[in-house]
Amino acid sequence: MSIANVPWGAIALSIGFPVLFIVSVRYLALRAIGRRRTTTLTPFPQARPAAKLVLSWPAIGTWIMKALMGAGALIILLRFMFGIGTVSHLSDAFPWGIWIGFDVMSGVALAAGAFVIAGMAHIFGVKRLEPLVRPAILTGFLGYVLVILGLFVDLGRPYNVWRPLFSFQHRSVMWEVGICVATYTAVLFIEFLPVILERVNRFQAVARRLPTVPLYHLLRKISIVFVILGVVLSTLHQSSLGSLWVLVPTKLYPLWYSIYLPVFFWLSAVAVGLAMTIVESTLSAKAFHHGLHVDLLADLARWALYVLGIYLIVRVADLVQRDVWQLAFKANVQAMAFWLEMGLGVLVPMIIFAIPSLRRKSRWLFTGAVLIVVFGVVLNRLNVSIVGMWPWSGEVYLPSWMEVVVTAAIISFGISIFALAARHLPVFPAEHESV
Amino acid sequence: MSEPQENDVTRRGFIKMLATASMTMVGLSSIPTQAFASNMGITPDDTPSILIDLTRCTGCDSCALACKEANHLPSSAEPPRHLDADTYSYVGEFHVINKKGKEVTRYVKRQCMHCLNPACVSACPAAAMHKSEQGPVLYHANLCLGCRYCEIACPFGVPQFDWNNGLTPEISKCWMCIDRQETGQQPACVDACPTGALRFGARKQMLEEAHARIDTSPDRYIDHVFGEYEVGGTSMLYLSDVSFAELGFPANLPATAPPEETEKIMTKLPFVIGGLGVALSGAAAYTHHTDETVVKEEEEE
Repeated sequence: MSIANVPWGAIALSIGFPVLFIVSVRYLALRAIGRRRTTTLTPFPQARPAAKLVLSWPAIGTWIMKALMGAGALIILLRFMFGIGTVSHLSDAFPWGIWIGFDVMSGVALAAGAFVIAGMAHIFGVKRLEPLVRPAILTGFLGYVLVILGLFVDLGRPYNVWRPLFSFQHRSVMWEVGICVATYTAVLFIEFLPVILERVNRFQAVARRLPTVPLYHLLRKISIVFVILGVVLSTLHQSSLGSLWVLVPTKLYPLWYSIYLPVFFWLSAVAVGLAMTIVESTLSAKAFHHGLHVDLLADLARWALYVLGIYLIVRVADLVQRDVWQLAFKANVQAMAFWLEMGLGVLVPMIIFAIPSLRRKSRWLFTGAVLIVVFGVVLNRLNVSIVGMWPWSGEVYLPSWMEVVVTAAIISFGISIFALAARHLPVFPAEHESV
Repeated sequence: MSEPQENDVTRRGFIKMLATASMTMVGLSSIPTQAFASNMGITPDDTPSILIDLTRCTGCDSCALACKEANHLPSSAEPPRHLDADTYSYVGEFHVINKKGKEVTRYVKRQCMHCLNPACVSACPAAAMHKSEQGPVLYHANLCLGCRYCEIACPFGVPQFDWNNGLTPEISKCWMCIDRQETGQQPACVDACPTGALRFGARKQMLEEAHARIDTSPDRYIDHVFGEYEVGGTSMLYLSDVSFAELGFPANLPATAPPEETEKIMTKLPFVIGGLGVALSGAAAYTHHTDETVVKEEEEE
């Protein structure tokens, strides 16, 4: 490789752009959240005593989730006995349905909170976010476990899932996604391990026999390496989920097809990482009757506003540059889905988060964040993988009820495990302190 | 909640750790970019190719039936009318208006196009789809995950999945009878064709033949060899007297192979890894440095 062949431009861009990005993020972080020199935590403002109801909504919800998990397990059994075609509406004209479009594409995006919050708190030094880090990492880790679970149902030959690890398919985007998802799940586990060890170390009998205490201290020492690895791996595969579709220029509807899909996927993943943290904090505050850091969440909302702003600008610029923006004003399903996604999922939450008085109310925070999650990102991933593929395939794929039940069962499983972990492990700072 | 405990890392330890992290990143980013250049055994000119002259096809289905037989695929009483898990090749029927304004029936044999730079091969995470050194695109079930990204990737909708197999479903597609080619025979479909609509040979020869046919009888053909430039070129070449769009061929195919777009992205990733790794480590070091200063200042107070 001679000097002339060295891609200096690419090297300069690839170093310059991240540095510029990081410097500006840091600057904005310090401006938005303030330079906190002390590491004290804001107290929980609205702690409430636990309610004691036998036939409450949570109890009904638990039963529904148990039923879904049972039904889901049966359908998965059917799938492995008689084939994917028996339980789903998938076909050769439409080989990827909601198990990929929702469980994997959206699942990975919704788990982005882990790398966004951990990166902000530990790399950029926004120490105030500390109480949100552990729940975010738990949500992220469980999210990836669910993604892998969903993938095992969808893969035709799941027992070959390890093969990409031993074959260097550097041309395949799918290979890179696979490697990153596998590695990042392991990284998230290591990031969450100290939480488990804190609990384990309280049992003298265990701590005396196993080196759990030194392991705990070692992990705390080197944790920053895993946070950095997490951000790098997440950036790679969050964007690559978009690159997957760059391979199908003739198939994906032009409202969504763009060679910049990886950029869009990464930006929307950062935005939804922040939004999911708001949603998850609000829901677990309700479920576990502990306080809510409304001020912190309002800061996250402001962040989401900036990121969504950039996302909106690049999406629109791309549509104009490819001269396909007219398609948004056609009277068809794709245009409608596009407006739901960009209007309800991006513009409306931006408006909510731009008004300070709304941003400081937990109800509005929650509404805005849910809109980003449901319409801005989940609908976007479904539009790319399903709605945008309808025109080419010539048939309108909609999931079978069994596909929906399997997906619902996987989500229920995730919620149950989260509840279990939150109850028994020092995930939330309040519990962590009181025990 | 205890205080965040990064504070109990000594500065020296921290710098060591950062150095390790950066070295890892740099190591990862030094994956040679030249490895990304695609490495094909045979040249596009020599790759085995089939010229399909649709004006000579009478729709007898001999090719599709010979394919079933040669590949031991289960067949029903009726000849196949679309690709599926048991069909590598079929003949479709189209009623169209030809160049002279007459309504005619045209028969179109379809199968894997054996692209020169195949999207399915670029898509596969496990090398189960692979462009053989001899030219044809082959599938190895033992490596396959069943992710079906090859089906998504293929611009022609060729790979077919076995939807009714629970544990060992496979992708089905034409492999250009590479077993027969190795023993010096032609693919079964070419052998079976009674009208000379199918010709087998090196791609360059087939292209020359195709253009010669167009030149000698310009009234008979439209001036387009499908597969010459589509998605970077295919091994299957078609001649026709009606536009290919009317015969069910995708009309919006680019002249560049789709994998070239994704490879542009993939070759940038080492730089993303390296750049981000270095930049994030720097940011973390700076953060830790300020933290330590704060702690010291507080201690001094």
